[in-house]
Amino acid sequence: MVDIDHQAELIKAGAHVSSRWDKLAFYTRRYPLGAIGAVIMAIFVFTALFADFISPHDPLQTKASASLLAPSGEFIMGADMMGRDMFSRIIHGARISLTVGVASIMLGGTIGALVGLMSGYLLGWFDLLMQRIIDIMQALPLLVLALVMAASLGPSLQNTVIAISIPLIPNVARVVRSSTLSLREMPFVEAARAAGMSELRVALRHVLPNTLAPLIVLFTAQLGAAILVEASLSFLGLGVPEPHPSWGRMLSESAAEYVRVAPWLVVFPGLAISLAVFGTNLFGDALRDILDPRQRS
Amino acid sequence: MNDGARAPLLEVSGLKKHFPVKKGWLSPSAKVYAVDGVSFHINQGETLGLVGESGCGKSTVGRTVLRLLDPTEGNIKLQGRDITHLSKTDMRPVRRDMQIIFQDPYSSLNPRMSAGRIVEEMLRVHDIGTPIERQERVAELFERVGLRKAQMDSFPHEFSGGQRQRIGIARALALNPKVIIGDEPVSALDVSIQAQVINLLMDLQAELNLSYLFIAHDLAVVEHISHRIAVMYLGKIVEYTDKKTLFTNPQHPYTEALLSAVPIPDPTVRRKKTILQGDVPSPINPPPGCHFHTRCPYAEERCRAEEPPLTEFGPDHLVSCHLR
Repeated sequence: MVDIDHQAELIKAGAHVSSRWDKLAFYTRRYPLGAIGAVIMAIFVFTALFADFISPHDPLQTKASASLLAPSGEFIMGADMMGRDMFSRIIHGARISLTVGVASIMLGGTIGALVGLMSGYLLGWFDLLMQRIIDIMQALPLLVLALVMAASLGPSLQNTVIAISIPLIPNVARVVRSSTLSLREMPFVEAARAAGMSELRVALRHVLPNTLAPLIVLFTAQLGAAILVEASLSFLGLGVPEPHPSWGRMLSESAAEYVRVAPWLVVFPGLAISLAVFGTNLFGDALRDILDPRQRS
Repeated sequence: MNDGARAPLLEVSGLKKHFPVKKGWLSPSAKVYAVDGVSFHINQGETLGLVGESGCGKSTVGRTVLRLLDPTEGNIKLQGRDITHLSKTDMRPVRRDMQIIFQDPYSSLNPRMSAGRIVEEMLRVHDIGTPIERQERVAELFERVGLRKAQMDSFPHEFSGGQRQRIGIARALALNPKVIIGDEPVSALDVSIQAQVINLLMDLQAELNLSYLFIAHDLAVVEHISHRIAVMYLGKIVEYTDKKTLFTNPQHPYTEALLSAVPIPDPTVRRKKTILQGDVPSPINPPPGCHFHTRCPYAEERCRAEEPPLTEFGPDHLVSCHLR
């Protein structure tokens, strides 16, 4: 005979979940990796927002006497060739990474959502044309496309954002288009038409908001990807230019010359990139499971 | 009373809706004859039940009358005014007089809007009242359909199926329509809830002098709410008469079969059952002659060749069958 602890079973099934805090506690227990991801992301965002208050030094302040100094009490992650504090530079690098990530998502997400919505809504030749353009965009590898963009537009923060947001457009457009195709046949959309609403209102107020849930997941994944692409572009010298502290460029500048003499110049930016990408991916995975009722087991 | 008031509120004549289907780019395009010449009228304060099995085109009739679909042929008159070819802009004011209640209470409400918002949006779209007046009106509608005012801020997923259907009814009522088209409004509900919703609809009709086009596949439900009933089969009306005549003196073999499928809540009653064989033929290729001949137990040679017209069998009793 097996004793069933009903209370424990109910808690496991989430039956007690009522308030937001309970929900948070429940999901934390259910998705521990996601919770770790969420904590990493929270630290990442916090660091980016309050970089000026957290960093012990000015990230741009050079100090000849501190050149290539090993990690110590004053410079806990050491100093680079120009004697700039690595810890402060990494903290400020979070700001660059987050800016690039969020801005590229907003830019690419908005354009992609509009293209997808119009494509799924208007259908016909517009849809056909847009889908073929998207096919072409998807056929190009993301990094190569970003490289060409960055190379032709020149390295700057804005151009990096544009270069990274362009590969996002086809993904968002595809997701929004497919949701739109099924939503446009839903009775509540018909009800909106029967009420005499304009097609624009129907599309923007009844169809578009319902396509957003799958995008949230896409966006968290994109945040990680954007950080990585920015780092790669900067590594190749086509990303955010000096003197902005970019994790990718910190890595590239020091990798070749100083990896033997000052390995902390390579280790810490690398660690920052890995951690940020790892965190966003863990969080995105958990979010996908939570938002998709079919994934809840 | 003048003539205009005595004319039917909604009059539909010779309505046809054909959907083109593409089979391949070389073969000639075929058509689905979803609705193939349907005529009926609804008077003020009256309910017309439209029955038929799934796929017979009854929902298409509802949507075409609302001009959610454009009719292929025929015309629709609301209060004597022909609305068949009105443009989208000209249709807008007309939409205040015609509303719809859907079958599925789950997919008919936008999951991202609160229940109150869903109802209020109807008023907002037609620029009715100030925000405060609209809130009051929505609260009034909520109470009228048996929901609590406090539920206005809840989202659709927080309601049960029956409650959701009530939200749908409140939405349909918001603009004070004259005709409400119920597209199987109770088919997706539990039997006990069905009765509640039907009673609500009948109370509203008595109170507001509403007219209903009540689409259903269940004769038992239609019997309760309708004044007159039209039976549809494969895009056509086969029998059209008042409720009492239909139930006591059905003339079309299809109506007969439908009636014998209505359950009687008494296990001791034995009756002759007419069980139809086979399926409804495809509306892409409707059979020649009488559409029903493939399943009709009485079919004769003539039924296979010649299409029976909808003719008067008795006073206000139309039947389309060669054998009557």
